[in-house]
Amino acid sequence: MSVRQLSEVAVGDTIGPVTIPVTRDTLVAYANASGDQNPIHQNEAFARSVGLPDVIAHGMWTMGAAGTVVSDWVGDAGRVVQYGTRFTQPVVVPSSGSEIVVQGVVKSLDAESSLATVELTTTCDGVKVLGRCLAVVRLD
Amino acid sequence: MAVNTDFVGRTYPPSGPYAVDAALVASFAAAVGATDPVHTDAEVARAAGYADVIAPPTMAVRFAQMTDRVYVTDPEAGIDYSRVVHGEQRFVHHRPITAGDEVLGSVTVDQARPAGGHAMIITRTELTTTGGEALATCVSTMVVRGGGE
Repeated sequence: MSVRQLSEVAVGDTIGPVTIPVTRDTLVAYANASGDQNPIHQNEAFARSVGLPDVIAHGMWTMGAAGTVVSDWVGDAGRVVQYGTRFTQPVVVPSSGSEIVVQGVVKSLDAESSLATVELTTTCDGVKVLGRCLAVVRLD
Repeated sequence: MAVNTDFVGRTYPPSGPYAVDAALVASFAAAVGATDPVHTDAEVARAAGYADVIAPPTMAVRFAQMTDRVYVTDPEAGIDYSRVVHGEQRFVHHRPITAGDEVLGSVTVDQARPAGGHAMIITRTELTTTGGEALATCVSTMVVRGGGE
């Protein structure tokens, strides 16, 4: 992949939408890779016992999966220099699986530093699940 | 259990080192659906200027959460971890975490206060290599449900 050039980017440019599936197996893989073994992300009976509607995705899975959209857009995941979000709503993952939809828009550009700020909007079943999700990437 | 506000400003001694290898990076990348070959192909990563395959940006949380455990499980801190909900997460990356790195983490408690019947905690975790090279600053906001009494 080649890194996106500053000259090819304008404020208001849009990214996606990209649809990303998520299953219970995805969450087990994420739990093992991240070290977050909270059973609300794997065990339906446990999740319901603490008042959740079903198994929910790790907020950090959702953040990580959404982040791939901006990494792919810039062309090198190592160019993501800042990334932050609020976790506003859970992604519920029934046994049949679910999906998130990620869209981005370029909010600002700094020509001197080649930095672009991208705001990501991530929804599940039409509901926004991440709030104020901003990534800063270094373009070429 | 009420969160202990005396912990604000406290910095714990570094924890780790946590080893980063290509298999761990590949498993994290697969779990979040990151298909950028810089995570899995050392030749591609080197051509992009890295020493080896690099971690996806949010993989820093693995080391940050391992580091934060010393605080959130401190009996004096007053945190019921079974009631913790992740509210917000921010990363500033100084350079990508790379296979071969030995990561140290140091957590500072930026905030610990009651908030409307709950408690709000903000940790700032600095990840560095054992050689002292800055990797990432990870800021995590956690809400302890019903933890503010």
